[in-house]
Amino acid sequence: MANCATFCALPVSGQIGLGKSTLVNTLFKSQVSRKSSGWNREEKIPKTVEIKAIGHVIEEGGVKMKLTVIDTPGFGDQINNENCWEPIEKYINEQYEKFLKEEVNIARKKRIPDTRVHCCLYFINPTGHSLRPLDLEFMKHLSKVVNIIPVIAKADTMTLEEKTEFKQKVRKELEVNGIEFYPQKEFDEDLEDKTENDKIRQESMPFAVVGSDKEYQVNGKRVLGRKTPWGVIEVENLSHCEFALLRDFVIRTHLQDLKEVTHNIHYETYRAKRLNENGGLPPVTIETEENHESNLIPGWLLPPPSPACCQ
Amino acid sequence: GVLTMGWQGVDDKEYVGFATLPNQVHRKSVKKGFDFTLMVAGESGLGKSTLVTSLFLTDMYRDRKLLHAEERIMQTVEITKHVVDIEEKGIKLRLTIVDTPGFGDAVNNTECWKPVADYIDQQFEQYFRDESGLNRKNIQDNRVHCCLYFVSPFGHGLRPLDVEFMKALHQRVNIVPILAKADTLTPSEVEHKKNKIRNEIEHFGIRIYQFPDCDSDEDEDFKLQDQALKESIPFAVIGSNTVVEAKGRRVRGRLYPWGIVEVENPMHCDFVKLRTMLVRTHMQDLKDVTRETHYENYRAQCIQSMTRLVVKERNRNKLTRESGTDFPIPAIPTVPDNETEKLIREKDEELRRMQEMLQKIQRQIKDSH
Repeated sequence: MANCATFCALPVSGQIGLGKSTLVNTLFKSQVSRKSSGWNREEKIPKTVEIKAIGHVIEEGGVKMKLTVIDTPGFGDQINNENCWEPIEKYINEQYEKFLKEEVNIARKKRIPDTRVHCCLYFINPTGHSLRPLDLEFMKHLSKVVNIIPVIAKADTMTLEEKTEFKQKVRKELEVNGIEFYPQKEFDEDLEDKTENDKIRQESMPFAVVGSDKEYQVNGKRVLGRKTPWGVIEVENLSHCEFALLRDFVIRTHLQDLKEVTHNIHYETYRAKRLNENGGLPPVTIETEENHESNLIPGWLLPPPSPACCQ
Repeated sequence: GVLTMGWQGVDDKEYVGFATLPNQVHRKSVKKGFDFTLMVAGESGLGKSTLVTSLFLTDMYRDRKLLHAEERIMQTVEITKHVVDIEEKGIKLRLTIVDTPGFGDAVNNTECWKPVADYIDQQFEQYFRDESGLNRKNIQDNRVHCCLYFVSPFGHGLRPLDVEFMKALHQRVNIVPILAKADTLTPSEVEHKKNKIRNEIEHFGIRIYQFPDCDSDEDEDFKLQDQALKESIPFAVIGSNTVVEAKGRRVRGRLYPWGIVEVENPMHCDFVKLRTMLVRTHMQDLKDVTRETHYENYRAQCIQSMTRLVVKERNRNKLTRESGTDFPIPAIPTVPDNETEKLIREKDEELRRMQEMLQKIQRQIKDSH
């Protein structure tokens, strides 16, 4: 596919029903989540975490994007949720492994299909108290392998003061527990980056969002929102919630950076670990029965492909 | 004291005067005061404390310290009690609120309902002992009369933990399910969730508190109100301890950028229905059902298991041809140490007490025949 960018998002929450599917649909203004892919949400939630990737091609202004949304139904909703993040961690690493295997092949594809997860949106339950232990455990483990963007879900349950307080609390708890969410401090490239990202990290994030796929008439305009007996919550109104900030952040300003950090940092970390495990040798997939080492050019001798070629 | 009332124009020789009984009962009850124990359960952050404060207009949580996330990792389920005496128009109410901090918050919540079930059983056991004791003058009733179980508005109905909790507790306490933080839902979402939850309750065989049917001689208004109450379960509630200004009136509510939610507005939530039911119409029935059903079940089970234990020991003794005592002979380790001896003695004592209690009850049953 010429000129087709790819992006892979993984929305996750510690409990079902925090509006992941709706939010992803709202973000990309398309029906791209499991909810819209014919999955009957009245079906029983599976007992184990089943991971499915749903791909869509969306287009805007002549630019095509292959968007993949990963779905993890059943995550976090059991009575015993110990280690329930492991299948997700495994999935993320499997994509790195897939990419690595392609990369070290002699006859490499011109464009290596990129199924790696570029962004994990972690949905936080708007309790108003603090993060839940499951949230901490998940983000601690996963922030080491993928870009995590924490998001406060269903933010229409909080007043302005409650929102501000809760955001501060969450930021502090993330810091105290050493959870580096995207944009990570250590990857700021220059002072300009740092200033811009500092502001986002210390004031805006985590974004308190509301999602909706329904439109209502407000003041003569049609807006995306939620209609309640006491008023209409407008999704794209910044005085109501921070959805627009999240959308601009993920899609309009930092999309490319999310991919670059995934490739240059997370993937490279994985690659280095794998090579070290293998005694410096790359993992090899050989279809032939015999293993002629002389035919193999060690993958690490070849320059790593630049991000431009894996779109 | 004796009640003296002027009977104007009641000279009828047919009139005995016991029609004053309700008044006499009322007077005595008012003097004694009422008590009620309410348990609130559900994961944290569902507005339980706010709701309790809104319902009874007293803040019991002023000194509460909320834990940070990393502290909650090590937290276990606790049971806490807050007692407050409130008075309204000369009527005194001793209200006990039983809280369950830590419930449902851990990564692994296996059997986290057990401390709650144990607490309820302990109150029953305490009452059972007191009731069977010699001095029954001032028995304190700490039994839990009602449990408000908070269901999250974010789920797709009941979660596995909700089902487990209610199944473990529905034969011990009156469960009233609550759909919490209902201002996060649109009216159609509320309707949809209520239906789903009701269906799931039926599907899983959970026996929540049943409102007694109206007497047929009640007026239409009351019957309609009663019907509306029954159809509102689970109650979709919102709580607030702040007063805001809405359309020129000062109301309890929540101020959002898109509007004001009024706690006591029946178009906004079921708070008024819950308060009516809990405090104004069904408080006595909740206590009656606790006494007549849940407690009696516990008591019957207790007596049964005690009987079984004693019979088992008696049979075992017969088999081993040990004469004399009805008390069980515990297996003695080859080298009895002080710790084991002490345990043996304590067990003996406990069994002796249970035996005595059982004999007393058996005698009472015989006497009453």
